[in-house]
Amino acid sequence: MIWVIDTLNGIAFGMLLFLLAAGLSLIYGLMKILNLTHGSFYLVGGYIGLTVMQRTGSFVLALIVAALAIGLIGAVIERFFLRRFHLDELPQTLLTFGFLFIFADLSLWIWGGDPIMITQPQIFAASVPMGDYAYPLYRLFLIVVGLVIAGALWWFQEHTRLGTMLRAGVDDAEIARALGINVSLLFTLVFAAGAALAAIGGVLAGPVLSLYPGADFDTLILAFVVVIVGGLGSLRGALAGALLVGLLDNFGKSFFPQFALFTVFVPMAIILVVRPTGLFGRR
Amino acid sequence: MTARIGSLVASVLVVALLLAVPEALRPYYVGLVTKMLIFALFAMSLDLLLGYTGLASLGHAAYFGVASYTIALLLLRAKLSSEIAFPASLVAATVTGALFAPLALRGRGSYFLMITFALAQVVWSIAFGWRTFTNGDDGMPGIPRPDFGWSLDNAQSFYYFVLVVVAVATLLLVLIVKSPFGRALRGIRESESRMQALGYNVWLYQYVAFVLAAAFAGLAGALYAYFNRFVGPEYLHVIQSAEALIMVILGGAGTLLGPAIGAAVIVFLEDYVSSMTQHWVLVLGVIYVVVTLFAPRGLIGLIVSYRQRRFEP
Repeated sequence: MIWVIDTLNGIAFGMLLFLLAAGLSLIYGLMKILNLTHGSFYLVGGYIGLTVMQRTGSFVLALIVAALAIGLIGAVIERFFLRRFHLDELPQTLLTFGFLFIFADLSLWIWGGDPIMITQPQIFAASVPMGDYAYPLYRLFLIVVGLVIAGALWWFQEHTRLGTMLRAGVDDAEIARALGINVSLLFTLVFAAGAALAAIGGVLAGPVLSLYPGADFDTLILAFVVVIVGGLGSLRGALAGALLVGLLDNFGKSFFPQFALFTVFVPMAIILVVRPTGLFGRR
Repeated sequence: MTARIGSLVASVLVVALLLAVPEALRPYYVGLVTKMLIFALFAMSLDLLLGYTGLASLGHAAYFGVASYTIALLLLRAKLSSEIAFPASLVAATVTGALFAPLALRGRGSYFLMITFALAQVVWSIAFGWRTFTNGDDGMPGIPRPDFGWSLDNAQSFYYFVLVVVAVATLLLVLIVKSPFGRALRGIRESESRMQALGYNVWLYQYVAFVLAAAFAGLAGALYAYFNRFVGPEYLHVIQSAEALIMVILGGAGTLLGPAIGAAVIVFLEDYVSSMTQHWVLVLGVIYVVVTLFAPRGLIGLIVSYRQRRFEP
């Protein structure tokens, strides 16, 4: 039974990672920007959700406010900073790195250094009996939410006009522009949406994993491993990579607590050697 | 010709100033200049990859920290002497580089950056998590400085020791950069495919550059362990890698002088800012944004473009 519980925990964590990796991967796929601020979007989003939850007690409101606020911050960063260095990888990476530090220090200033948890919404406070154990309902909710968002993103990408533009932009931004697609607007929208997804991940993670200074780096690293394993620019890769890394990390933590990261990094190293572009990446 | 005499005068002046530091400054500032020298070496080692080979590593602290921890573990846990620990620390950093390089070189650009970042974080997590072996985030204090017949315990004598080591290392780096090997690296930075077509084994050149950069970073890390008489997981942290990266870019990538200047500026700023507020990380972030926006080619680049504007109206 403990195996089932570990597996479910792994999948739930994988879903959170997917929310980060999807944005990271699409942003890279479209604009070739490696967004190091992505972990900060997750952490600051979580903190904003925490504050809203403390003030109003509404988890839904916490999700909405965090997504909007971080989406707006993302749009500003893309429009006024990253845009100046279009397709110039190093300065863009350095800028996102700078913002990573700025957000890390500001959130330490505002929310302090102690790990904090968001109280989980009342309806999911129960647990489901599972053999000799009781499994928290909230984690099952996480899995469902993750699957719903993954499905929605896939549907959006395959079946909407904006999704078609996105795919065209990922394939070749220049040609897409020549065909009359407003690539400029698309860039800002995708960057903001990716940021908002990371913020949603932060709020959803709040009741399970605590929010603490350094969570930005820790989640960024795991999101990197997810996109290295899955391949940058692919939604499918982000989902497969996130589930794999979520499971590996969870089993690693329960079996080899001192070397937890190894169970994640050894498979990453193997995939790099065998398939450097990741499972679903393109050359 | 006048330019050559000018730079000769400048170098003599710099050497004289560096030699005079322990006489002219209070011990605290002698320590600060010692730290500048150590980080100048660290930044120059990273520039071998970033500026000369065109590979942006975000995990350079790994090799720095592996050397520091080797010193601490061999001296404090194994009770060995510095005659063994010091060379062993360089071997450890070099071996780590030799193991990580093949993985990192599977990717270019952003992939290279992510992989080096992730690999360094593994090393950090060992230092942080394996409490019984490394003391975790408490670190390991009480590292004795090496004793080669005369004591290095006071700030002045340790400064001269670091000055000599860093000077020799810089000379080696200059030789590497100016050698045919160094020229080939710059060729690879400009165009991998062209160098490949000319018959160069591009991968091997990049591999050797990576391992050399790791070895020199290890030397800086070993010096730093002696300097602080302490090692802690922050030596391996991504903030350490990030500081090295901004030192190189602030000074000017692709030169050896630039990163050394960048290191001096960052070490000074960190000391100054930390004495006033606790928000060094915030300032570091702002420096990143400002440098990227206004001085993408670094301080050296600013000087060069200022001169060009003056002399070529």
